[in-house]
Amino acid sequence: MSVIQQTRRYMHRNIGARISALLALPLFWLVVIYIGSLAALFITSIWKIDTFTSKVVREFTLQNFIDVFSDRAYFNVTIRTLFVAICVTLICAIIAIPMAFFMARIAKPKSRPVLIALVITPLWASYLVKIYAWRTMFYPEKGFINWLIEPLGGSSPGFGMVAVIIGLTYLWLPYMVLPIYAGMEKLPDSVIDASADLGAKSGRTFFDVILPITWPSIIAGSIFTFSLSMGDYITVQILGGTFQMLGNVVYQNFSLNLPFASAVALIPVLIMMVYLTSVRKTGALDNL
Amino acid sequence: MRLSLPARVFLWTIMGFGFAFIYVPLTLVVINSFNKNTSFAWPPTGFTTSWWSKAVSNEGVRDAITRSFTVALAATAIALVLGTLAAAAIARYKFFGREAISLLFVLPIALPGIVTGIALNNVFTNFLGELTIFTIIVGHATFCIVVVFNNVAARYRRLGITLEEASMDLGANRFTTFRLVTFPLLRNALVAGGLLAFGLSFDEIIVTTFTAGAGQNTLPIWIFQNLFRPNQAPIVNVVAAALILFSILPIYLSQRLTQEKSTK
Repeated sequence: MSVIQQTRRYMHRNIGARISALLALPLFWLVVIYIGSLAALFITSIWKIDTFTSKVVREFTLQNFIDVFSDRAYFNVTIRTLFVAICVTLICAIIAIPMAFFMARIAKPKSRPVLIALVITPLWASYLVKIYAWRTMFYPEKGFINWLIEPLGGSSPGFGMVAVIIGLTYLWLPYMVLPIYAGMEKLPDSVIDASADLGAKSGRTFFDVILPITWPSIIAGSIFTFSLSMGDYITVQILGGTFQMLGNVVYQNFSLNLPFASAVALIPVLIMMVYLTSVRKTGALDNL
Repeated sequence: MRLSLPARVFLWTIMGFGFAFIYVPLTLVVINSFNKNTSFAWPPTGFTTSWWSKAVSNEGVRDAITRSFTVALAATAIALVLGTLAAAAIARYKFFGREAISLLFVLPIALPGIVTGIALNNVFTNFLGELTIFTIIVGHATFCIVVVFNNVAARYRRLGITLEEASMDLGANRFTTFRLVTFPLLRNALVAGGLLAFGLSFDEIIVTTFTAGAGQNTLPIWIFQNLFRPNQAPIVNVVAAALILFSILPIYLSQRLTQEKSTK
């Protein structure tokens, strides 16, 4: 009996061996490379820095965390970042839920693929191009928004937090629409018919039947919009003017004081972990 | 589902607003790439196609496009193999730690990109050596695996196991079953996941700024570096407009795929 046949026979009998064979490479990549790097990042955050050479000194210290948590400025940046991420997530949800509902339940089945394609197209357009587009929109005095509302007596808000929130909403909107659309499309007609037969008007059916059932998909979308907004620093650089978020703090400190930048980078990780564990029970993670 | 008139009007308004929100900025970029003036001002005063011909012959742009293609192809290839392996294990077997592993497989996209970026950068520069094109590929493959995994795992769940069982009852071994039964059924999910992975990699900038070595510009990094240089602005406009027009291609491909599926 050849070696190949022997291996085959062994694999056929031994379920553990089959699972290990399938998982060995993917787990090596995600555990060793990815989780390993995250762990190394954590270790670096409890190391010192030589202030003259900006080199990492491998000696234990908690100073970086003390700095992060004692300085009011970093607390404010964290709150600001959270605020932006929450705003972006809410606006995305408010636009995406009716859009997904329309596409999945109201539009004729024939036109659905076209509508979906129209939503996905900007997902494929480059990230920078989209932010750049909003730069031309928000440009103070000579931008498109200014041109549009100047005759009405308004002026463009210019670059700052509002521009960042709108820019990020624009970027992540498809990430919210797609999971909700998938969730609403899966919904059986019978559930909606039953609600109508029992006398519920369309509004009530929407809020009491459709929304609760598609909740996991909405949460799945919110994981994207929330996490992507919280880690962003390039949009903030292009649209934010002097406005700053956590990502900018990490980016600015990263070449001069890596241990401190690592400590700051752990804030969004912590927030995301709390968010992920709190929404895990809704089953949102299977809808990603 | 039947709706009242106000509800209909509301939904149509939201749809109209949503699509205007999505398409007005993109249209602006395309129009702006023909803008005669080098500095931006809306509305443009004149139009020219000369920036397009200048962009085509730009060395920096060509070099960056080649690199972006190489990285995206390599990352997608790694992701297709590893993502499918993992999806098969998670979808077909129950074992200790399965829940933890499926949570692990959403982390690279659920945690902010800047964290992935700085973590990989730290390991590559302080522990292993230096940044090269391979470090960009490693960074991209990490989140591409997740995209492929999600697509393939969802398809596995919908497939059920009856067809695979039937194949094995008829005497095919596991490998033959995968080759002749499972793989053809997974093909669309693989193409969709692969396209999405390729697109995400081609467009990635946050992880890339931390994992790209000096002079290793991908297209997004090239755009970012030239975004604030006044004399490069027209070229950036053209590259941006071209990227928007090219983004229709993968959409068209995936549309074709879904149509094939529904006519079969």
